[in-house]
Amino acid sequence: MIRVENLHRHFGAFRAVDGASLEIAKGSITGLVGPNGAGKTTLFNVIAGALEPTSGTVIMDGEDITGLPPHELFHKGLLRTFQIAHEFSSMTCRENLMMVPGGQSGERLWNTWVGRKRIAEEERALAAKADEVLEFLTISHLADHPAGAISGGQKKLLELGRTMMVDAKIVFLDEVGAGVNRTLLNTIADTIVRLNAERGYTFCVIEHDMDFIGRICDPVIVMAEGKKLAEGTLDEIKANEAVIEAYLGTGLKNKEALA
Amino acid sequence: MDFLNALVALSNFVLIPAVAYGSQLALGALGVTLIYGILRFSNFAHGDTMAFGTMTVILFTWLFQSWGISLGPLPTALLAIPFGIAATAVLVLATDRVVYRFYRAQKAKPVVFVIVSIGVMFIYNGLTRFVLGADDQRFADGERFIINVREFRELTGLSEGLGIKTTQGITVITAVIVVAVLFWFLNSTRTGKSMRAYSDNEDLALLSGINPERVVMVTWLIVAALITVAGTLYGLDKSYKPFTYFQLLLPIFASAIVGGLGSPLGAIAGGFVIAFSEVGITYAWKKVLGYLLPESLEPSGLVQLLATEYKFAVSFIILVAVLLFRPTGLFRGKSV
Repeated sequence: MIRVENLHRHFGAFRAVDGASLEIAKGSITGLVGPNGAGKTTLFNVIAGALEPTSGTVIMDGEDITGLPPHELFHKGLLRTFQIAHEFSSMTCRENLMMVPGGQSGERLWNTWVGRKRIAEEERALAAKADEVLEFLTISHLADHPAGAISGGQKKLLELGRTMMVDAKIVFLDEVGAGVNRTLLNTIADTIVRLNAERGYTFCVIEHDMDFIGRICDPVIVMAEGKKLAEGTLDEIKANEAVIEAYLGTGLKNKEALA
Repeated sequence: MDFLNALVALSNFVLIPAVAYGSQLALGALGVTLIYGILRFSNFAHGDTMAFGTMTVILFTWLFQSWGISLGPLPTALLAIPFGIAATAVLVLATDRVVYRFYRAQKAKPVVFVIVSIGVMFIYNGLTRFVLGADDQRFADGERFIINVREFRELTGLSEGLGIKTTQGITVITAVIVVAVLFWFLNSTRTGKSMRAYSDNEDLALLSGINPERVVMVTWLIVAALITVAGTLYGLDKSYKPFTYFQLLLPIFASAIVGGLGSPLGAIAGGFVIAFSEVGITYAWKKVLGYLLPESLEPSGLVQLLATEYKFAVSFIILVAVLLFRPTGLFRGKSV
């Protein structure tokens, strides 16, 4: 699905992503874990077009998509959510969802004046779809609330909702569970699994909550210092010495050995 | 009677001119605010874009006049406005393509854009002077007055007269129509919503698949229309001189900032705040006060707070005060 080859992204002398090579298989829910500063979010930003890579390539279904702008990737079916939820704060939740997908016929200046009927139909279909998504996410009571005023967890759900407005191929979720309570987290996990099973979405998930990762992700990729360190099931990587070292530092292991 | 006379004098010299001037500033400030909201920089070339737009309208007006086309009592310039808008749109889109797009691709900082727009300003400046020259141009034709002073006196028997120029009437009506269409566009059409979304959160708009180049293009088109209309109305109402238009940059920016940069509603409110302050402070209040106060208190001086030559100081002082005490402006726009 997605193949990242020897990807670099440097900020001055700092190498946030330093030669990462990894693959995300079609139909999988791939977990991406690693200590803070391992380069996970930067990797997302480069894949999703928010940042240009310093070097390296990103291939999606055999096509080179390196450095394409986010709106073009969107139309190729590559979507992402943000670590800190983004929303159009002055619009309602329904309107937020209805902004997706871009490139509707109403966006052409000409159609605004002559294609009113077609646009109205399109908008109706979108509104119905948005309501359906809100229902699915159990936040339909917020449809007419300004999105800037809802809680952080609800904004996360809205982010997830955005990806459900279109038939995405692959969705990158950046700490979708951070700051979300347990019940809501379960809803999110269920949603991800259902979208994966029923609609064939491929997911790549950054998450620090290992329970969450263990529940939905296979395989799990570990990143450290801008590179891929290991890959496997959660149990496999938990037993991997290099991973323990990256997370806990070298000292601890020696102490454990002494004790 | 004295009270009525005072009211008429006030309307004639302050209220009506300020409403007309305020409408012109509001249209100008809407352009500044849209560019700030969408392209995220303060466009210093705005005044000279206005000079260019008005120049093309003047040229088309002359062309139509030479063909013997006129709108009867209305100025021929109204007929020329659509052509002027088209020419201005071509100019700003070409500038965007050649200049601004390069810096967008670089993800340049807003301050770089501001400096670039100053460069663009000089080029437009030269272009206008090259084509039409730096002199005063008059291009208003048709009826001069809706009501003139003498008729008003005869009609009402008051000693003060009230004159409403055709251009003032047209200014207000045109401004109301343009603003109504703009607000309908921004709030109700999908294109307008994309623009608001893009202004609100650029990253998210891109992730929703909104094409930024399209949003930018539509913004320039709207700005070209607004600025050409504003410039033409100002030129009809007063007179056209490229340097005056360059100077208008200050009151226009003051309007946009007083209202809150990025807020269309604020731009309109700001336009009127600046216009009323400027006209009110530079008006000699002797006449109005003479009617209202008892004879013993009648002022001997002109009661003019500031000479007309210093009118731009008014915008400047308001601008400084707003930036010091409420940098987000009346309608909570973006802080500068």
